Amino acid sequence: MIDWLPPGLIFIFGALFIPLVKGRIRQAYILLLPVLAGLSLLNMPDGNGCYLNLLGYELILARVDKLSMVFGYVFVVMAFIGFIYSIHLKKSGQHVAAALYIGSALGVTFAGDFITLFIFWEIMALSSTYLIWARKTKASHNAGFRYLLVHLLGGLSLLVGIIMYVAETGSTAFNLMELSGPAAYLILIGFLLNAAVPPFSAWLSDAYPEATVTGAVFLSAFTTKTAVYVLIRAFPGAEILIWLGAIMAFYGVIFAVLANDIRRLLAYHIISQVGYMVAGVGIGTALALNGTAAHAFSHILYKGLLFMGAGAVLYMTGKSKLTELGGLYKTMPITLTLYMIGGLSISAFPLFSGFVSKSMIVTAAAEEHLTIVWVLLSVSSAGTFLHTGLKLPYFTFFAKDSGIRVKEPPVNMLIAMAIAAFLCILIGVYPSVLYNLLPFAASYLPYTAEHVVWTLQILLFTALGFFMLLKYLGGESYITIDTDWFYRKGARAFMWFISNPMAQLGARLNKIAFDIIPSFLMRASKNPAAFMKIASDTVLLRFSGPGKKAQIERRIQREKEIYPGDIIKHSPIGSTVLWITLFLLAYLLVYYL
Amino acid sequence: MKKEMDFFDKPKNIRLLKILFYISLALTVIVDFFITRTYIHFPWENIPGFYALFGLVACILIVVLAKTLGHQWLMRKEDYYD
Repeated sequence: MIDWLPPGLIFIFGALFIPLVKGRIRQAYILLLPVLAGLSLLNMPDGNGCYLNLLGYELILARVDKLSMVFGYVFVVMAFIGFIYSIHLKKSGQHVAAALYIGSALGVTFAGDFITLFIFWEIMALSSTYLIWARKTKASHNAGFRYLLVHLLGGLSLLVGIIMYVAETGSTAFNLMELSGPAAYLILIGFLLNAAVPPFSAWLSDAYPEATVTGAVFLSAFTTKTAVYVLIRAFPGAEILIWLGAIMAFYGVIFAVLANDIRRLLAYHIISQVGYMVAGVGIGTALALNGTAAHAFSHILYKGLLFMGAGAVLYMTGKSKLTELGGLYKTMPITLTLYMIGGLSISAFPLFSGFVSKSMIVTAAAEEHLTIVWVLLSVSSAGTFLHTGLKLPYFTFFAKDSGIRVKEPPVNMLIAMAIAAFLCILIGVYPSVLYNLLPFAASYLPYTAEHVVWTLQILLFTALGFFMLLKYLGGESYITIDTDWFYRKGARAFMWFISNPMAQLGARLNKIAFDIIPSFLMRASKNPAAFMKIASDTVLLRFSGPGKKAQIERRIQREKEIYPGDIIKHSPIGSTVLWITLFLLAYLLVYYL
Repeated sequence: MKKEMDFFDKPKNIRLLKILFYISLALTVIVDFFITRTYIHFPWENIPGFYALFGLVACILIVVLAKTLGHQWLMRKEDYYD
């Protein structure tokens, strides 16, 4: 009897059988996958395991330590919640894609070498794209293609980096790396792209809002958090990450102000929240790294919950814009309540999960005396509550009555949200549930009097600011340009360049090669001798003095007039006879010798 | 048919919520005068109520900055990319 298998493989091989079963059995089978993976996780022994051999390289499919386990646990829990949320879907396509996506994210998490990591990294990009395409709108089709291309580009950077790294060191092991030399930087860029660090972030806010209702829930959990995991593993303490993370946290908040689509607003807050984690990796102390892992853990649950709530609104109303929604609390109070638990968690209210995880990173910044970083992160905290906890729910569920009357979403969606909400509160109330899983040795007490009071001050006065500025804060029917402008408008400019100046140049070259040059040669070959004469006279004209100029010009004109003229007239017969005589002589010689 | 919820449409309830909100705002600041500070990272943390101001200023700053950036530069019509 096998005690365990790498959990990623359970999902990936399990995915293959999803289309073969139907109805209730399929639903049970899909929910069985995370259960099996969870049991497997509990039985996995510490250390490296599950070796495979590929072309002489050793692959490690199960590197088990506290760091990979904490991500493993939350991925499996989120897989279970996400599958409950999407269990009503009749077609198997999205279930298969989700299982492959979860499996490959777990595959990256437990990969002990770069080759394994890269293979799962690419499966992750491909399978997640399907969750965007499956919405089957023109916008999702296009956004999915952009998403895929950007990720393939990031994967390419990663691959080149890995090849260079393996060539330099002779080892494929994926461990702590020194951030120097092109190989390490190429690998870092590949990681940062998946973590949605600006300027490589626009794929996220572009594609996630276009994904299916259920697909976005999975998307919000795995891609960016596997990237955070590999950053903790490879580049803890890399100073550049502190600044990238702090800027990223602030950037996400600013762009979220301008978002009108509720899921785009949430997507920008993924970028913002992952910013805290990237900064935590950069700070690199035991407290900061623990905080990063803890925040990734609670983030997956509350962001999943928020996307489920926004997804429920979209699923029931068919609308996702703040300008089109409002007054939904009348008929969707349960959805509102569950959403608010997610909103209070991301805002780090005391007794909710964000409070015990985010503050670890912010405190770590304070302990390292990174004042500017600390200010950026703290201001972003206020902004997070402002949008996710106030603006989005206010303009969706309250504000003006949009006249929309829809029921609560299907019961499976509510159950999934309730599980996530329960876990958010559990972590907030009993932080040791989460702290016991953390990989590094650092103690942290979230519930001190000053921390609770100061947090409440920041949050409640942010709320005061919100109500003061309420009339400026409603959604506006605009979209915001982001760094995707460069490839979206850039691609258009490229196509214009191809079809206008480049096409004209092509036509010109075509005319020269197939029209002007052949006709020139044809003209010249009518009477090469006379043609050469004209050419040489023209050259002569250039270099002759003014006295001779008129004479030469006249001659050229005459020559041109009679061109091509009678060729025979200009060829003396004598020379022809001479040539014939010479050839006959040559023939005689050859014949007799 | 079940009567739909209308708690937040009644001015009386809104007034009650407003009063509760203002009371909690005041409480968080008042309490700050009495708590013992175990560990101070930044000098301003000795000032009671500093973080209340911080929260309010941060909120206004974010809105003003984002809306300015948006209207001056980043916002486009919804069919911009079509």
